Amino acid sequence: MSTLSERILGAAAGEYVDRKVDRAYAHDGTGVLALEAWKEMGGDRLGKETGYYIQFDHIAPANNGTTATLQHELRDFAKSSSMQFSDIGCGICHQLMGEGLILPGEIVVGADSHSVTLGAFGAFATGVGATDMAAIWLTGETWFRVPESVGIHLTGRFTGAAESKDLALAYVANLGTDGATYQALEFVGDGVHALTMDERLVLSNLSVEAGAKAGLFYADDVTVRYLKEHGQDAASQEYEPCSYRKELDLDLADIVPLVAVPHRVDTVKPVDALAGTPLDQVFVGTCTNGRYSDLARFARLVKGKKVAVRTLVIPASAAILKKTIRTGVLADILEAGCTIGTPGCGPCLGYHMGVLGKGEVCLSTANRNFRNRMGVGGEIYLGSVATAAASAIHGEITSPGAG
Amino acid sequence: MQGRGTAVCLPADVDTDLVIAGRYLRTRDRSVWATHAFEDLDPTLAPRLMGAVIIAGKNFGCGSSREQAVLALREAGVVAVIAPSFARIFFRNAINIGLPLIESDLTCEEGSPVAFDLSEGWVDAGGKRHMIRPLSPRMQEILMAGGLVEYWRAHR
Repeated sequence: MSTLSERILGAAAGEYVDRKVDRAYAHDGTGVLALEAWKEMGGDRLGKETGYYIQFDHIAPANNGTTATLQHELRDFAKSSSMQFSDIGCGICHQLMGEGLILPGEIVVGADSHSVTLGAFGAFATGVGATDMAAIWLTGETWFRVPESVGIHLTGRFTGAAESKDLALAYVANLGTDGATYQALEFVGDGVHALTMDERLVLSNLSVEAGAKAGLFYADDVTVRYLKEHGQDAASQEYEPCSYRKELDLDLADIVPLVAVPHRVDTVKPVDALAGTPLDQVFVGTCTNGRYSDLARFARLVKGKKVAVRTLVIPASAAILKKTIRTGVLADILEAGCTIGTPGCGPCLGYHMGVLGKGEVCLSTANRNFRNRMGVGGEIYLGSVATAAASAIHGEITSPGAG
Repeated sequence: MQGRGTAVCLPADVDTDLVIAGRYLRTRDRSVWATHAFEDLDPTLAPRLMGAVIIAGKNFGCGSSREQAVLALREAGVVAVIAPSFARIFFRNAINIGLPLIESDLTCEEGSPVAFDLSEGWVDAGGKRHMIRPLSPRMQEILMAGGLVEYWRAHR
């Protein structure tokens, strides 16, 4: 039987295929170069059957005149074409696509490595660079090598303070940063059904940190219900036993709070082993952990307390920000002494809005801790929302179970 | 496609933040990327990239999809990159701008001559000939065209 990637791409692993792209999106970072390549290709009109989107999230709002000018041109292009354009403050591209734009079985390509996030909906979602995106604007198609798949079998339920991010770090540590290069991850097993869409999105999001081309879940009742809430009718996908190149069994009950230490995502230790590491900043947000459930959980943990270190909270989208206002989550976060940023990527890629100084240490809920990524000489530890909350209150890396 | 150059040795798992740091991405001046290539890995490296064949460890180009990483190498004068494996977006990006990548596990001798012929499928390095796996037919077409822009100019 076929893997989900093989079913969606309609060919066996190892084959090369040309496929229509159902949805294609780019952001203010990759979109600028894609526009240059599009012009050089002689691009005049967009592929007819593809949904096209441009979101401004990476340096949003613009940090200086050069960025503003580059964004101005891309904004004009997006508005003058039939693309759906989301300006600064709307949110992170992957989150916006995930707020009801992606259906199970679709082929989705984003000009960003974390486009794999959308595999959580049972779509084949992968990242490309700018020139590939320009060609998709031109033709509505691209080529794929149908990937072999790694089966990640999940059983059980989380216990204690462990959450989806800890599970994600656990599988990246297990596979290594290139453990799934050229391959897709498929998250299967009884443990999947207990996971919310937000939790699944975290697991799909990190799949590229193991080198994977995609990270897929079969759409089930949870998926269908989520999409219904976002105005979409969708059908679930039946899991068929299939052969995986590699299999990994993880029991959610065994997962403990983890952090990835500088400067590799696959170098992971229990939070307990790093307890007491002094921090200069805590950052909660990004396409990994900036969703409403993340912010609500963070607020619950810091409510009535004061953070002991500068703490930046950035909702992944405007819809999330508005919901935190309606429900009082935002007030709890602000009362605890945290500060809020414009919905978007924030300082994750090291441009603005909370970058680190030399020698500074940050506990971040993001997905990359590469050397100098958030600022030259800064060190990044990656952890869960609960770990971020406990650490913010104590001003040092603190296990979320430590009270 | 043939090429030759001088070996520059790099470690495994070089991510695209190390190839070109995020702080240099937003510019119209492409020479900025060449000037600052690998700055956070080895600040002395950029001037040595003209005519270089980079021989790296596994998983070269992991991380971000930024095309500035492959453009930085091309602008700096890198002839080709050889590694046992590449991150897949970096792989596509390189071929799309006409920068040859070769999947091969070679021992690197800094400064030694390297030659390759992608059509015939070999690399000469360290005084030995190594046979290499060819690119997919589509990737070969794109590379031969000089990149994806040129490929689509010719195919529309």
